[in-house]
Amino acid sequence: MAATTGSRSRSVKVRYFALLKEERGLAEETIETRAESIADLYKELQARHKFALRAEQLRVAVGDDFVDFSSPLNDDDVIIFVPPVAGG
Amino acid sequence: MFTLTTEAIDTQSLQERLRDNRAGALIIFEGVVRNHNEGKDVKALSYEACESLAKAEAERIFAEAYERFDIVKCLLVHRVGDLQIADAAVFVGVSAAHRDQAYAASRYIIDETKKRLPVWKKEHYTDQSSAWVNCAHREHQPCT
Repeated sequence: MAATTGSRSRSVKVRYFALLKEERGLAEETIETRAESIADLYKELQARHKFALRAEQLRVAVGDDFVDFSSPLNDDDVIIFVPPVAGG
Repeated sequence: MFTLTTEAIDTQSLQERLRDNRAGALIIFEGVVRNHNEGKDVKALSYEACESLAKAEAERIFAEAYERFDIVKCLLVHRVGDLQIADAAVFVGVSAAHRDQAYAASRYIIDETKKRLPVWKKEHYTDQSSAWVNCAHREHQPCT
């Protein structure tokens, strides 16, 4: 669902790692957004910062829990966009 | 127990922590930095992790391992920072009463770790280029 002009603004913290951190040039930021879902937020950030990774390549967590991209955004959420992992 | 460390992994002392009088089998897996990947000569690696999320995800993997396999103890340690060829990047240790369950649990933990733990690896090549592994051409494996 696309963000609508009527939706209210929320304040969320976004944490970046690996390629996303390099592309953004910082590890975390608090942003005000009218995006209603995490998917909308990523679209907004990707357009603004020209992130190379598509949403389909990412997982996303709120705090310590992985969630769906369709999850709604809530004030004060800590959102971690997880690039394809490569541990081991 | 899960740990991220910037120090060399002390496999000897980790191995001792797995010992238990109930355990007749002790399996150690070490993932080691090798000098090549997908046709390119690798000279070094850098690892980065999201510690809070990695801890939570490791605990979930351990809980699954205890549920699926009859094991006594399990340990997972992952290096972060800059690593050289032959350094241990990851350590998985499992003890169990019998070897079948220890082998199976060890395999499960390392496979899930590679699929799910929020750890990222940047390869530095001998031609001076570098790249985040999996970020160009591979998507997340679905988690089951």
